[in-house]
Amino acid sequence: MARREIPEINAGSMADIAFLLLIFWLVTTTIDSDEGVKRQLPPPVPPDMEQQEVKDGDVYNVRTNFRDELLVEKEVMSIGQLKDGAKDFLIATGTGLLHPERPNVTLGDDNMKYPERQWVRKSELILLEQSYLAAGQPKAAERVREKLTAIELFGGDYKELPGSALISLQTDRSTSYDLYLQVQNELEAAINELRDELSLAKFNESYAELEERYSRTKEASLLDKIKSIRLVFPQRISEAEPRDASQGYY
Amino acid sequence: MSKFKKNKKRESGAISTASLPDIVFMLLFFFMVATVLRTEEEMVKVVRPEASEIYKIEKKHLIRYINIGPPQDKRYGTEPVIQLNDQFSDVAQIRDWVENERLTLAEAEQTKMWVSMKVDQDTKMGVVTDVKQELRKASALKVLYSASSRERTN
Repeated sequence: MARREIPEINAGSMADIAFLLLIFWLVTTTIDSDEGVKRQLPPPVPPDMEQQEVKDGDVYNVRTNFRDELLVEKEVMSIGQLKDGAKDFLIATGTGLLHPERPNVTLGDDNMKYPERQWVRKSELILLEQSYLAAGQPKAAERVREKLTAIELFGGDYKELPGSALISLQTDRSTSYDLYLQVQNELEAAINELRDELSLAKFNESYAELEERYSRTKEASLLDKIKSIRLVFPQRISEAEPRDASQGYY
Repeated sequence: MSKFKKNKKRESGAISTASLPDIVFMLLFFFMVATVLRTEEEMVKVVRPEASEIYKIEKKHLIRYINIGPPQDKRYGTEPVIQLNDQFSDVAQIRDWVENERLTLAEAEQTKMWVSMKVDQDTKMGVVTDVKQELRKASALKVLYSASSRERTN
């Protein structure tokens, strides 16, 4: 029997076919993108909760209306100014670290526009921690410990925001979602920039890098740094309970 | 002297391209495995707003999606609607939905569920606020406002 010789098939075009498949796949798949601005919603408010008295200066009021305009601290503002406004609010009375107290900020005034930062002193904290431990309140002592760690890392005392200081955001039901997100974004950008600045000055590394590295390595020393920076610039953005503002707003 | 002569042309054979298909196939398989496919059909049109303070969730299996926007199909009107899983839904259904979705997670991870809100940028806040209130009541407090990334403005 005569064997017929099988000719060799040219595989040169195989690559092209595979490329076609690859490109087809790349074009047709829609990749779910899971990125965005993260927020922790507040837990539902119990109906019998008492309204707390808050000093006027402690709250940075941001309101948006149906025409997508911003009213910040009772003044009209554009979205581009919001970040600087919020930064100003957080550092006006000085952090004791990088930001000196501004001379034109009047203190002790009822009409004060800014929250008054208070010194956190190492000597006082040590006494406080001991008294908490003696009273059997380990959790409170732990919080004091964190502040002491922060002072150690910063190499000096710092000024902390009063507990009631926060940025409050109230949106009208007719505000566009885009503006709402831009406001959220700018407020977060303000805090992140301050954190980055402080972190770069004290730890030679931006806050974002610290967080990124911590999420990979889970190093305790990194967490201490992150916590200390958060103590100086806590992220307190609150959203007011919604109310229908379409009537009698303006 | 002659050591440095380079004039002599050495004939090199053509490079074999026989392994090229294998390489490309490997690429193809890599992409097929690495991409996470969108599991549910989008029934609403969503143009995501842009933001600079972007957070990326690493554990994708913890995310559940709420889409809000005008329906793709014009027959359902142009007003923004809420889409949960594969159907248009009412604000009142969100609490049940959260409960059900939570049960699909492992017990240890049920508190770690993320709700990613994909909201069209032209939507009015009224709907979004209602949804957020329902999420709070359902104790689904970790929310991601889906956005595409951009540079920080100065």
